[in-house]
Amino acid sequence: MDLENQRRVKEIAEKLGTENLVVVLGGAEAEASGLAAETVISGDPAYAGPLTGVQLGLEVYHIFELKSSVDAKVYEEQVSMMELVLDVDAIIAELNKIRSSAAAAITG
Amino acid sequence: MLENKKVIILGDRDGIPGPAIAECIITTGAEIVFSVTECFV
Repeated sequence: MDLENQRRVKEIAEKLGTENLVVVLGGAEAEASGLAAETVISGDPAYAGPLTGVQLGLEVYHIFELKSSVDAKVYEEQVSMMELVLDVDAIIAELNKIRSSAAAAITG
Repeated sequence: MLENKKVIILGDRDGIPGPAIAECIITTGAEIVFSVTECFV
């Protein structure tokens, strides 16, 4: 995640608290989506940005995972085309991996 | 799932851009607090 966006996410989390805050990603591929998720859960893995060493522990989903929560017509118009092009399974698998390893790290 | 949540949207120019995700999130009853479209290239 770029440094400016890390700064904004950190600011928002400090201002609003992390309890009801959710990050929704639209990443085109699994690795970048995973890195963004890792950044907002356990801190910047590249040790470069404002979230370095900051464990926000935010809830994070890819928009593909929220299909059943979104109005079907709007989802169809805005997202479904990209479902055909991108590797949905790989993106979701990567996010599941990041979330479970973060949960394991937090619970020890 | 997202009702009463505050949402940060990190869209992707080569994936799903911020405004497209925002259209979806609005329908869930969540509040969007920040939306951006990143470019990973």
